[in-house]
Formats: sequence, structure tokens, C-alpha cells
Amino acid sequence: MPKPEILDPQGKAVHGALPRLGFSGVLDVRQGKRFELEVAGEVTDEVLAEVEKMAETLLSNPVIENFTVRVES
Amino acid sequence: MKVGVVTFPGSLDDADAQRAVRIGGHEAVALWHGDADLRGVDAVVLPGGFSYGDYLRCGAISRFSPVMGEVIEAAGRGMPVLGICNGFQILCESHLLPGALIRNDHRRFVCRDQALRIENDRTPFTSAYEVGDEITIVLKNGEGGYVADADTLDRLEGEGRVVARYLGTNPNGSLRDIAGVTNERGNVVGLMPHPEHAVEELTGSGTDGLGFFTSLAASVLA
Repeated sequence: MPKPEILDPQGKAVHGALPRLGFSGVLDVRQGKRFELEVAGEVTDEVLAEVEKMAETLLSNPVIENFTVRVES
Repeated sequence: MKVGVVTFPGSLDDADAQRAVRIGGHEAVALWHGDADLRGVDAVVLPGGFSYGDYLRCGAISRFSPVMGEVIEAAGRGMPVLGICNGFQILCESHLLPGALIRNDHRRFVCRDQALRIENDRTPFTSAYEVGDEITIVLKNGEGGYVADADTLDRLEGEGRVVARYLGTNPNGSLRDIAGVTNERGNVVGLMPHPEHAVEELTGSGTDGLGFFTSLAASVLA
């Protein structure tokens, strides 16, 4: 997700479109990205640490984005 | 000087950058993103365009191309590196320059002749100018909004590392009207507008951009 202090023009565009479609009550919209990584074998702590590293190095730009890693089966 | 111009898949302005290098009085050397080889060049230009289709984030995938490993190492040794537009984005993704470039605040692609003020004439690419010089070159970008946290911006300003600033209406939401910055050492420069499109009277908005390429010779002689 873009960090809270970083302007998110795409989120703003979506926010502006909602009332035009009759949806009300949304105070703000922020738009981010979701990556689904399929990994081989069990998601051990080592694998998770590796994925965190991927998120930090390539998948996100820590200068402007925050990320969280979640395991789903 | 031998000046390398990197071509990534999706680079658009590599040929113009090579031409500008030659008009600036240097030998242009074509470098390929897939080769971890700088072919003995004395300086590198990362040109504009949409490398790797701007997938993931602008410059994010190019940053890990084989040639960039060499560019990052050479930049660390003090080699002059100029990133224009997409090249600027690649330099930020490589952490050779602080900050990042995000989508224009008005969400539209901008393409216009843009007035700039030169704020730093000590880099290898701006030594042909003087601080306060006002130049007009082409600006064309969709994701040209320069952002960094307030501490970084204060530091950039305090250390005189803002290279150029937009004049008039801010064209893309860049914080503090920043159009270009340099690293601590002053050898790596990122610039969102395109000096390589302003090197000949016949085409473009004039020759105000030529100084970015003639500066190299001046900086070596100095």
C-alpha cells in the first residue's frame, strides 16, 4: 500500500467515481497491490523470511509503500 | 569522452540520447540491459521510455537488469550517471538517488515545453550552466511526481542537491517543485524533463538542453 503520507492519485480517482455511481459515505480510498506467491513445500519461518525479503527488495518500494505478508493455504 | 546509453526493453529515447551525446561532443556507446558490461565508457545515460512496460513500478524491474549491477558499482566509484525520466525512476529504484516518482497528481500524462531553473551547477551534467539559469526543455511523463519524506527533502535542499526546479505551475505534483536531484557525491543526476530533446534548433524547443551533454567535457577538464 502507498504510505499514508504519500499522495495516491489512483485512489483519489476511485474515490471521486463512487458518488457519481450513487455510493455515499466513503471518506477516502487508497489503492494498493496484492501479490499471490505460490511456494514449494511448507511455509516455514525461513520461507516466510525469504518472502519478506522479496517484498522488501522487489515487490514493494519501501520509500513510498508499506507491505504485509500473509499466509493462506 | 565515451558515453554509454543503455537500451532496456521499452526504452524510447535511447537514440535521441545517443544523438545528444554526439552533438555534445562525445562518442556515444550503445549499452544493452542484458549485458553486465559497460564497454569501457566514462559516463552513462539511462534514457527515457517505459522500460519493462513500467510493470510493477516504473524502473523496478530494470533496476535488477545485468547492466544496472555494473552501473551501480561504477556510480559508487564516482562515474557520472545521468538518468532522464524513466532513467530517473530507475536511479531512484536503485537507491542511487533518494525519493521516488509517483503518478502525476492530476492523473494525466503531461507533454509540454517546460521552464526550469538550474539550482546546482557543480554536477558533471550541469557545469555548463550557472545557478539561476532558466531553461526550457520538453517534459513528458505520467509518473513524474517527485516525493520523499520531509527530512530527506530538507537534507536535499540543505546540501544543495536539488539540481533543477520547475518554474510556473507545478506540472506533476513534485514536492517543492523538484525536477531533478543529485546524490551526496554529486556524480549521479536524475532529471524528469528531457534535455536530449532540446539540442538542435531544427527540432524541439531550442538548444537549452545541450548543456547537460557539453558539461561532461567541462567537468573532466576542470
